[in-house]
Amino acid sequence: MTAGPRQIVFENVSKFYGEVLGVNRVNLSIPPGITSLVGPNGSGKTTLMNLMTGLIQPTRGRISILGLTASQPEEFFREVGYCTQFDSFPKGLTGYQFVYSFLRLYGCAHAEADRLAWNSIERVDLVEAAHRKIAGYSKGMRQRIKLAQATCHGPSVLILDEPLNGLDPLVRAETIALFRTLAQEGMHVIISSHILHEVDAISDQVILLSNGYVVAEGQIRGVRNEMQEHPMQILIRCNKPGELASKVFTQDHVVEAQIHKDGKGLLVKTRDADRFYLMLNHIAMNGVNIESVAPADDDVNSVYEYLIGPEESK
Amino acid sequence: MNPLWFAQIGAVLRLEMKKTFFARRGLWIYLLAFSPVALYGAHSFNELRQGRLCDFGEDTNIFAGVFQIFYLRLAVYFGCVGIFMNLFRGEMLNKSLHYYFLAPLRREVLLAGKYLAGLLVAIVVFSLSTLVQFAAMYAHYDSNTVRAYLLESGGAAHLAAYLGATVLACIGYGSVFLAAGVLFRNPIVPAGLILVWEAINAFLPAILQKFSVIYYLKSLCPIQIPANSAPPLSLITINVDPMPAYIAVPGLLALAAVVLALASLRVRKMEINYATD
Repeated sequence: MTAGPRQIVFENVSKFYGEVLGVNRVNLSIPPGITSLVGPNGSGKTTLMNLMTGLIQPTRGRISILGLTASQPEEFFREVGYCTQFDSFPKGLTGYQFVYSFLRLYGCAHAEADRLAWNSIERVDLVEAAHRKIAGYSKGMRQRIKLAQATCHGPSVLILDEPLNGLDPLVRAETIALFRTLAQEGMHVIISSHILHEVDAISDQVILLSNGYVVAEGQIRGVRNEMQEHPMQILIRCNKPGELASKVFTQDHVVEAQIHKDGKGLLVKTRDADRFYLMLNHIAMNGVNIESVAPADDDVNSVYEYLIGPEESK
Repeated sequence: MNPLWFAQIGAVLRLEMKKTFFARRGLWIYLLAFSPVALYGAHSFNELRQGRLCDFGEDTNIFAGVFQIFYLRLAVYFGCVGIFMNLFRGEMLNKSLHYYFLAPLRREVLLAGKYLAGLLVAIVVFSLSTLVQFAAMYAHYDSNTVRAYLLESGGAAHLAAYLGATVLACIGYGSVFLAAGVLFRNPIVPAGLILVWEAINAFLPAILQKFSVIYYLKSLCPIQIPANSAPPLSLITINVDPMPAYIAVPGLLALAAVVLALASLRVRKMEINYATD
């Protein structure tokens, strides 16, 4: 594992709550981009996020973000923003006061804090509600004002614990687009979610957690390719699935082929996807009309299911 | 000192004022602080109605007794419990402390900001009450008698001493209860234990007496309560070895500084784990 200065690094980190395991022996090096922490409730996602930001201390090991640790708060928290899953706020504040007041803690003068607060509030589309008390906000609005507060100071690392909870589909799409924009600007965006298809759509890399252990990490396709014991499933839509099946069976890396129930496709299991795709090119040039080729099990859901079993992944 | 820290302490102070001290849940503190005013007001009203029967010296002793036995030991004490224990503990219960911990400020600076915010409120409320109590107690005397007491018989010095003791009580109890709010999950237990500790101070060995706030405050009160004036409560106010103000004031400030330093060590290691709090 090579850890550059622009990375988030966990070195043999463990956290125990008394005798209860939070996370154990975590070694990670997270590059910029969107990284998702994936796992069911209790798998250790929030513990990892709280450890990253110093809200809890590791029992063992060391964590650094961009070369800084949470024990240097004056530098560290200028680089890091954390939107927690706690749905609670300082009492009696309006949305604007909430964002503005915490910007003053960064040492911003009034005018700068005011400007940054409005920029941030505008980005989450809460300008009209900014002078209303947060206590009167809907769940989605509370989620957005937390996001505004976590991003108002322009951090390089944004940590988001279940950030899409409570958002309606439109705002969800806008928020995901915002995460993508931030990641394209070179920011680290760390997202936790237990909704796997959501993660699949937005992540550059994933960290799969189960019972406090990291069970896999990296780009989801890369993780999937390393799982040799589970042959890759590929669905080919074509006009002659039977002919295609007879041809693919001649290859030693193909372990199974099933004609799709609608008769217009073939589901192939192969131990070597690259060789299979190469072979498919030859077949396509030899009379089989192939409409589409798509991996059927290289998504987070399948990978997670293979790694920890179908029951636990739910 | 880093200029950023001043700005951050100012920001914490403003935020605390906004979200904590103008809240309805703090109403009982204001009622407690001003309850002696009602007592003295009723007394003055009654005296005026009945034609000024009481004696100035007796009123001065009553004020001294109520100030030491009720005001310092109960009103300021529990007022400080309400104000200072909630600075951290209240935020843990409200699940909002993490916002501070995720800001780029040292936790010691946060503690200083919160302490100063609590102190400002406590001093304003309790000093104002002391001043109004003093005025209410002597409101039924004619202005010449009151002027003579203030300017010629040491009344102004008494008032200054009461105000000074009130401010120092806020500083001392504030530090103790801020630390208790950081160290303990249930504030009732430390508040009760400290109350007992303060009450038995007069009966403790000399060395242990120095580890209480009331030990220093007793020496700063301008009038000793006669032992036979309100037994047995007057027994706890006995000060067999009063210390001069030049020792009592720095002594109390040093005690507060030590307690705050211990609290800041704890705050540095504090974790956000709302589920267990």
